[in-house]
Amino acid sequence: MSVSILVENVTKEFTMQYHRTLKQMAVASVKRLPLQEQFLAVNGVSFTVEQGESVGLMGLNGSGKSTLLKLINGVMKPDKGSILTRGRIAGLIATGAGFHPQLTGRENLYLNAAIMGMSEAETKRKFDAIVDFADIGKFMDTPVSHYSSGMYARLGFSIAIHVDADIFLADEVLAVGDRPFKKKCMAKMQEIRQQGTTIFYVSHAAASVRAMCDRVLVLESGHLNYDSKIVEGGSVEGGIHYLEYDDADDEEVTSDEELGADI
Amino acid sequence: MKAADKRESQLVEADRRPNAAKRARRLLANNADAMPVVEAAGPTQAREVQAELVDPSPRGGLLEVFQQRYVLKLIVSRQLAQMYAASLLGLAWSYVQPAMRFGVYYVVMGFILNLHEGVPFFAIHLFTGIVVVHYFGETWNGGTRSIWGNKALVQKMRMPREIFPVASMLVAAYHTLPQILVLTLFCVLAGWHLTWGAVAAGLLGMLILVTFALALALFFSALNVFFRDFQNIVQTIMQFMHFLVPMMYPFSRVWSQHEAHPILYNLYMANPVAQSVILLQRFFWRPIIDDPSTLRGRQFPPDMWERGLITLVVCLVLLYLAQRFFSRVEGKFPERL
Repeated sequence: MSVSILVENVTKEFTMQYHRTLKQMAVASVKRLPLQEQFLAVNGVSFTVEQGESVGLMGLNGSGKSTLLKLINGVMKPDKGSILTRGRIAGLIATGAGFHPQLTGRENLYLNAAIMGMSEAETKRKFDAIVDFADIGKFMDTPVSHYSSGMYARLGFSIAIHVDADIFLADEVLAVGDRPFKKKCMAKMQEIRQQGTTIFYVSHAAASVRAMCDRVLVLESGHLNYDSKIVEGGSVEGGIHYLEYDDADDEEVTSDEELGADI
Repeated sequence: MKAADKRESQLVEADRRPNAAKRARRLLANNADAMPVVEAAGPTQAREVQAELVDPSPRGGLLEVFQQRYVLKLIVSRQLAQMYAASLLGLAWSYVQPAMRFGVYYVVMGFILNLHEGVPFFAIHLFTGIVVVHYFGETWNGGTRSIWGNKALVQKMRMPREIFPVASMLVAAYHTLPQILVLTLFCVLAGWHLTWGAVAAGLLGMLILVTFALALALFFSALNVFFRDFQNIVQTIMQFMHFLVPMMYPFSRVWSQHEAHPILYNLYMANPVAQSVILLQRFFWRPIIDDPSTLRGRQFPPDMWERGLITLVVCLVLLYLAQRFFSRVEGKFPERL
């Protein structure tokens, strides 16, 4: 087996700017307010993924999952550390594809496929399969700004899954799809998983991670706190468990009925 | 140390949110069956990937843009389609604007201010300048806005981002080409006697123009991501660019001041666009004049060639520096858009 993704000590820092105009900046500095603040979205994360592994990435909102995916995809560059990947990468980042709102679905399809590395001939060959899978019929020639969010996600997912990539990234893409489509997508992802594609799957749905992945990474505030391959006795189940029940014992007695009812 | 304690200390260090477990359980409860479960149907095959481990983010810069010609072609045609979406005249707009400008300048400068005196074929003299400035302005303006205007793609897709300023340059070229054809047609009708000197000047002028415009487009497209003021600054500069090149007045008027105001003269001549206009006038306008005695004063600077070559080298250096700057800040684009 060869290494598919190699992430070493990766740190990504975001700058939050509070004041954008000169006037605001002047006022803020007179009042001695901070002009900007640094924020570590991904903090010293290292792991290695073998070709063909299917990795579930879990964590709360804002724990750095999407940022990590963007770094692996190459949309962002890490501030520290290095990322190496092997082969063609396709996927969807942060619910939805990079579509241009004024272009039609067809034009966006060609552009998106080209950016993910498909040639014109390859796109033409797979065109029907992509359109069939997305199942948006006559809306192919409508600007995507008129699409419903579900149609948007359908087309984006359909293009990405047909790229024949070596690494496939799926970041909560299917959150807006309806149930039959979600099912179709999961089946398709199982299919490419069987073909030996490395999969990175971000989801909050434990059951689906359990079925799809053979390894789980848990991110918390930018730290990789659980890696089922590194942790002793780690498993997908363990990762879900870790995220779910970890500090149940140090939780205050205030765990009221309302919360209990939730579980 | 017990395993639990170890993890405890690790967690404190990693500043886990205090209510993390609570939130996670809530989320999980809400999402437990949000995704349908599909079990794997068979064994996994091994997949051989014939590629090296590489950095996923693009670092090839402009070179990579020209390697991905198919993507570039799609982006250019996309920008063209987008420009003329919901416009009745469509591509005709790229004729209307220069034509109007030409008409106004020709009448106001030529007849009212009488600047065409001593300039035979003043129309071609003027139109050469308009074409050059139009191309330059469109590349610079469009390039500056290009990254911001394509943020949907920049945020989500991996690609060499230089592709957007380059696409603006090609879009500008696409709009300028018909104007050049019109200009050539008129030159031929007026009796164009091309010489090797003129062709060399034309090539040099175009090279200066393209490298300078691309360097500025690259540099300002990156700056504009961080400070949106730059697109307004560019527009403001472009408004008086027409007056900073010798097109509505002959170069002889500038030359006549070079002894009295050497610094101003050199500043004027340092502008690569002005030099490009002069060189292209040498190509289009000068060869149609049969009788040089009708010309008054000096039509071209005495050091036109030396200056042109030096400017070309300077523009290439600027392009290199712009690329360096672009690569350095590019990693911050997705978070700033």
